[in-house]
Amino acid sequence: MDWLSEFPSLGKRDLRDLKKGIDGSFREWSRSNGDAIEAFFDPLYFFLVWLEKLLIATPWPIILLIVAGLAYLGSRSWKLALGSVVSFMLIGYFGMWKDMMATISLISVSTLICIAVGIPIGILMSRYDRVQSAITPILDLMQTIPIFVYLLPVVMLLGIGRVPGLIAVCVYAIPPIIRLTNLGIRLVDKEILEAADAFGSSYRQKLFSVQIPLALPNIFAGVNQTIMMALAMVVIASMIGVKGLGMPVLQAVQNQYLTLGLMNGLAIVALAIIFDRVSQRYGQRLQAHRYGKEHE
Amino acid sequence: MSKTKLKIENLYKIFGPRGKSFIDPVKNGISKQELLDNHSHVLGLNNINLDIPEQRIQVIMGLSGSGKSTLIRHINRLIEPTAGAITVDDEDILSMSQLQLREFRRKKTSMVFQKFALLPHKTVAQNVAYGLTIQGEQESIAKEKSHKWIESVGLSGFEERYPAQLSGGMQQRVGLARALATDAPILLMDEAFSALDPLIRTDMQNILLELQKDLHKTIIFITHDLDEALRIGDNIAILRDGKIIQKGDPQQIIMKPADDYISDFIKDINRGKVIEVKSIMQKGTSKGASLDSSCSLEDALKVLNNEKNNECSVIDDKGKKIGKVTLDAAIGALFREKASKNKEKYK
Repeated sequence: MDWLSEFPSLGKRDLRDLKKGIDGSFREWSRSNGDAIEAFFDPLYFFLVWLEKLLIATPWPIILLIVAGLAYLGSRSWKLALGSVVSFMLIGYFGMWKDMMATISLISVSTLICIAVGIPIGILMSRYDRVQSAITPILDLMQTIPIFVYLLPVVMLLGIGRVPGLIAVCVYAIPPIIRLTNLGIRLVDKEILEAADAFGSSYRQKLFSVQIPLALPNIFAGVNQTIMMALAMVVIASMIGVKGLGMPVLQAVQNQYLTLGLMNGLAIVALAIIFDRVSQRYGQRLQAHRYGKEHE
Repeated sequence: MSKTKLKIENLYKIFGPRGKSFIDPVKNGISKQELLDNHSHVLGLNNINLDIPEQRIQVIMGLSGSGKSTLIRHINRLIEPTAGAITVDDEDILSMSQLQLREFRRKKTSMVFQKFALLPHKTVAQNVAYGLTIQGEQESIAKEKSHKWIESVGLSGFEERYPAQLSGGMQQRVGLARALATDAPILLMDEAFSALDPLIRTDMQNILLELQKDLHKTIIFITHDLDEALRIGDNIAILRDGKIIQKGDPQQIIMKPADDYISDFIKDINRGKVIEVKSIMQKGTSKGASLDSSCSLEDALKVLNNEKNNECSVIDDKGKKIGKVTLDAAIGALFREKASKNKEKYK
């Protein structure tokens, strides 16, 4: 009755061979194709480095002005703009200016990639139910699979550095924008769509003049979530060599530098709050028409 | 009679994944309930035949669930029929390709919706210009036209407001202006005034009738409100369980209800106001005063009562005598036909 108490499994040797086989062939594949794949991502690398250098090279007063300007344009709130500038000054004063610029460039580029890739995928999902049922499980997988598990093949393929870090961040941060774009478009009032049809709109006209504008609040909630998740990945990305505020946190964890960890951690929190509030306010302003009375 | 603009023939709609396969059972008389219970398909429209005359207001009336909104959506193919034919100006709209259909919707029909269905993120002016914008009309022309229509529905000064800033009645004026702006000859109105309160509804009916005097559009107007149907309809078709049970002009419906369902429907109307003397006219002429053929019974009674022999001539709109009415006939018409049948019930 041995077979009852022991779960029937592949023999130890077979299992080892299987793992070895897959590992070996992936390694071989990555060795032979690694250069090509790396070359494919080169433009991204150069852009990332260029943006980081630009941010660091720009005199700090100008950066502060830009931060204040963007914060005000996004939120139309002097308080938020002032708060952002003060936070940036404090972070800089405590010697984290360069790291902060590196982190900002990473977050900006990854958010842009997520928007550029995620919104079209979300639109496709909203148009075809089949695409939706094919992509939803992939998104589930991306959001639940332990980060280190997909970090490994990325590192094997692209080595350690900014680009694999960026990819890891994007994989983690892209699901909300895809999901909320899809959801937002699907939630647009059926009667309004019927009216658009009745007047003879083409699919494209309906998409751009009705569906996307009315889905914008949801799409923007997706952008906001994507930014937040990208920031949450900063520390983990530093494990594969991404510079920025995450790196000192990692050092602090390894060496028990309490203050170093706390300072950089708080800097990340400050950035997160600024990005969150500004983008949320911007999203709210996009739906001004819903609270029509404000115009009067 | 003016010529037929829109012809609906043997139209069936069965909702459900295998609608087509139930056409024959439906033709052979399977009931709506049976179809639903045994086959989980919903009978939407059952053998609809309707000729809609040009430049008139055709009202389609029925209670909720009777299929009237389904029917109107077949005219611009927002809903595809299961079987049947629809022709507009002798053109078969069911054989149109997607591209032709889009063109048809842009140029030939426009629609007003029960819940307005305005674009909340666009201003009144942009909403009214929507039909023109998607046709690729020049911005200046679209603006000019939309301005004209905003003015004609009495919304000047509200061009830059958003729909959420307007009351329901004003929103539906925007909906009406949007539909008129494309100059389409066919206007589809799906319970357009049903969501408005009674006073505003009368207002909107007046606006529509006033505009129709100049525009002469072919209007298909859906409603569940009999007073509204009688007031604005040149012709009325009454729908029940997806079937037309009576069609005719308002006078015919009131004077000769086709069945008990319709009798029941019309029992609460003010017959004195709705029935016109031409409906009770007899042959011959009379010496005394004369009455216009579209004069209501209520007004006629007064005149008839004052006449010595209690009868009047009836004249048409050119002043020619075409018949006579008697006081007895007028009083008789005030009572419902089939009153005997209902006597027990109301004793």
